[in-house]
Amino acid sequence: MPAPDASSRPRKVNRLGLTPSDYKGKPSTLCKGCGHDAISSQLIRAFFESDVRPHQVAKLSGIGCSSKTPAYFLNHSHGFNAVHGRMPSVATGAVLANRQLVAVGVSGDGDTASIGIGQFVHLVRRNLPLIYIVENNGVYGLTKGQFSATADENAALRSGEVNRLPNIDLCGMAIELGATYVARSFAGDPKQLVALLRGALSHNGTAVIDILSPCVTFNNHAGSTKSYTWGKDNEEPIHILDFVPAMDQIEVEYEEGTDQEVQLHDGSWVRLRKLERGYDPTDRRAAQELVLEANEKNLFLTGLLYLDTSKRTFLDSLELCDEPLALLSEDQLRPPPEVLDEVVASYR
Amino acid sequence: MSNKTALAEEVAPSEIESDPERIVNDLAIQVATVNGSGSQSSNLVLLRALFRMGIPVGGKNLFPSNIAGLPTWFTIRANRDGWVARKRNVDYLVALNPQTAIRDVESLSPGSAVVYEESLRLERRRDDLVFYPAPFQELAAEVTREVRLRKLLANMIYVGLLGELLSIEVEEIFGAIDSQFRSKKAAVELNRRAVEIGIRHARENLVKRDPFTLERMDGNRGKILIDGNAAAGLGAMFGGASVATWYPITPSSSVVEQLTGFLKRYRKSPDGKATYAVVQAEDELAAVGMALAAGWAGARAMTATSGPGISLMSEFVGLGYYAEIPLVIWNIQRVGPSTGLPTRTAQGDILSTYALSHGDTKHVCLLPASTRECFEFGWRAFDLAERLQTPVFVLSDLDLGMNIWATEPFEYPDRPMDRGKVLTREDLERLGGTFQRYADVDGDAIPYRTLPGTEHPGAAYFTRGSGHDESAEYTESEEAYVRIMTRLDRKFETAREMVPPPVVDQAEPVSPLGIIGFGSSDPAIEEARNRLREDAAIEMDYLRPRALPFCPSVLDFITSHQRVVVLDQNRDGQLLQLLRAEYGDRIPPGVLRSLRHYSGHPMDAQTIVDYVTEMEIGAA
Repeated sequence: MPAPDASSRPRKVNRLGLTPSDYKGKPSTLCKGCGHDAISSQLIRAFFESDVRPHQVAKLSGIGCSSKTPAYFLNHSHGFNAVHGRMPSVATGAVLANRQLVAVGVSGDGDTASIGIGQFVHLVRRNLPLIYIVENNGVYGLTKGQFSATADENAALRSGEVNRLPNIDLCGMAIELGATYVARSFAGDPKQLVALLRGALSHNGTAVIDILSPCVTFNNHAGSTKSYTWGKDNEEPIHILDFVPAMDQIEVEYEEGTDQEVQLHDGSWVRLRKLERGYDPTDRRAAQELVLEANEKNLFLTGLLYLDTSKRTFLDSLELCDEPLALLSEDQLRPPPEVLDEVVASYR
Repeated sequence: MSNKTALAEEVAPSEIESDPERIVNDLAIQVATVNGSGSQSSNLVLLRALFRMGIPVGGKNLFPSNIAGLPTWFTIRANRDGWVARKRNVDYLVALNPQTAIRDVESLSPGSAVVYEESLRLERRRDDLVFYPAPFQELAAEVTREVRLRKLLANMIYVGLLGELLSIEVEEIFGAIDSQFRSKKAAVELNRRAVEIGIRHARENLVKRDPFTLERMDGNRGKILIDGNAAAGLGAMFGGASVATWYPITPSSSVVEQLTGFLKRYRKSPDGKATYAVVQAEDELAAVGMALAAGWAGARAMTATSGPGISLMSEFVGLGYYAEIPLVIWNIQRVGPSTGLPTRTAQGDILSTYALSHGDTKHVCLLPASTRECFEFGWRAFDLAERLQTPVFVLSDLDLGMNIWATEPFEYPDRPMDRGKVLTREDLERLGGTFQRYADVDGDAIPYRTLPGTEHPGAAYFTRGSGHDESAEYTESEEAYVRIMTRLDRKFETAREMVPPPVVDQAEPVSPLGIIGFGSSDPAIEEARNRLREDAAIEMDYLRPRALPFCPSVLDFITSHQRVVVLDQNRDGQLLQLLRAEYGDRIPPGVLRSLRHYSGHPMDAQTIVDYVTEMEIGAA
């Protein structure tokens, strides 16, 4: 399926004159067929299609298979593969230093739901402008297949070991904590994923996208609830979601069957066609109920679960100047000698 | 090194002291109260009144890790010669805390004076002290009818009592009250009245029977009173701090709190917005993670913490070292291990901070010994961090950071900011569009970096804490690992040339005896040197390292002396261990002597004098 705006210009060059290969990364060293690689491909496509300038992007990650992936997309963007579970703090520091950066954090379920859950909580609470991707496979891949905290209750490892603890639902947490763009998707659903990523790129605030990303080596067997097969058999999109860039709006006719359009910060739109549920993602309580229901019934509901375009971001709260702090000159950073005299006098 | 020399030129002690019955401008006052009782304001008024009279003073607060109800002691030392380190003996006790009064009185030396709440009946405890009872609550009731305020004002009454007993000029007490309460007119009036009532009570009821007295002198001309953490915050602002992320912990909290106060006032853009970001993080892990990434992205980034926070920051600090990211970390040391004594002072983190994190790591540590150096290192640390592309620590401590020191005003930075080796788009174009992030181009082992957001396709590189080569590519190659680690080792040698050199003060020709100590030990060392010289004709040379790694002059100092006392405010002789690790058998056996003070109290001169005297008797 072509993207909605693809007809308006030649396919292989975006408005910046860049080609998809300008958004590529190093060859992946992950297992063949890894869900994470499918996500990297959609990231490349989303950044290309949204005409993001690669030099303005900062890629942040923690530790684990997922956290390796920023090396596999956007070669011309700075990347920072930090320490386990601490991507949120690293993203926060980078964005504070340079508010013009387009920050994309890639994290796993070990990072986000266990070792770094505190940082996840506080990042979301602050509404830092960041695309927070969770490549969720329910296991620790790099340490060879231990359960993570997002593994479903009663799911089984290949060894037969059964998870007896309830899962942590990161989307539910994110909505509870005040995230302003919360989505769930599937590495095996590229069309939906790329639309969600483009929507996140146009959103100003924390965008949490929890993506089922099967681990082909340790958690892709029968009995797993994080496998490709399980995902394909169980995915139930809550709506059909299209991303409509700002510049295309006037050219695109109102499409038959569209039920809801929400405008994002940069003037773009997400266009939703409702399915059986008739779901409104701007309703926070409905979003929380939906997540609860999905957990109770073990449903794999995907799509844009929650969207709030009105909440102020962390940068607004801090009343930061427009110029990136990192680029301030010495005369902006070091007050003149008279200020020192004044302060010193106050200690006499 | 201290203000001793400057002071001696201004006022010759002999001009003041003539009557042997009177001890002028040389005493330690200790106020014992319950914390949360509001005595801090009174103590600061007392301190500032003495300061305004031109008498060299220092104030030390010995407080509990508690908000209300536990004992607290505030000590003011006034000394006409400028010696304001902790003095073990108290000359004047203000005993207002029933919990500690008896023990406080029992610990006094004969001849000391006690101002106390008369209902405590302390006069029955000793017959070799001078007792000045006063009914504090009754007197406070004269100031105000409000019961809540009475408790607070009882404290200001002892200021009046001491004022009368010690001849503190009342105008200066009032001036100090004005300065303490600034624009709060009602508070100024009430406190002045409490002081007056204290003075009146003393005049009408007490007969001066102790030798201590205070007289105006000229020991504080141009000076200010400030705590080390405020100086650190101020220095950081003049260093251009643009991102400060932190988590509250005693005794470091006031570094960023005071920095924030300065930034709010003096660091706005023309449209009124902030040219800085201060974030109270969710914990120290996040605080250092934010600061590190801000440094990575080009901000002047810092955090401040203390022992437990340093332990938590360990992992990120190793990343900063290996991935070569500038960052400034203030460690205001307190007593460990573990929670330890959170409100007591120590130098117990020097060893662990120097080598913080797993694997081979070592860090530049600056060691301020005065509020002036807190200010200076406050801005210089950023230059060093950005020049060296590495985390730089500043190790202060509770004594220096939270206590109040009289000091010469701070000097404005004497050089422009050093932003280090950062390649811009123009640089990259000149270089043909590529660069190697971790290559040693200049032979100083410091590589070049680019900032995220640099508009050039060749600017990007991938930062990681895993094995990497000169191009910042992931590798597990042992050759690349060894090359990078060896270069980092050479970079540390470059750092050695850049850090502030030690301060050396030695006799000509050098004495056989020397002492090495750092940080807040400095005032006690200087006082001890003076006393040894004057009382025992012992000359003790002094080297004070101001940074790690050590400069070559440290070894020169050690080898040119026969006996060198190494003074540590910790149990294990951590500075001594660092010297031994650095110099090994280049130090002749038997030269280094370890003096370890680890009670949690600030360093005092007597401990050094006793140790050296005994050692020198043994040597002779």
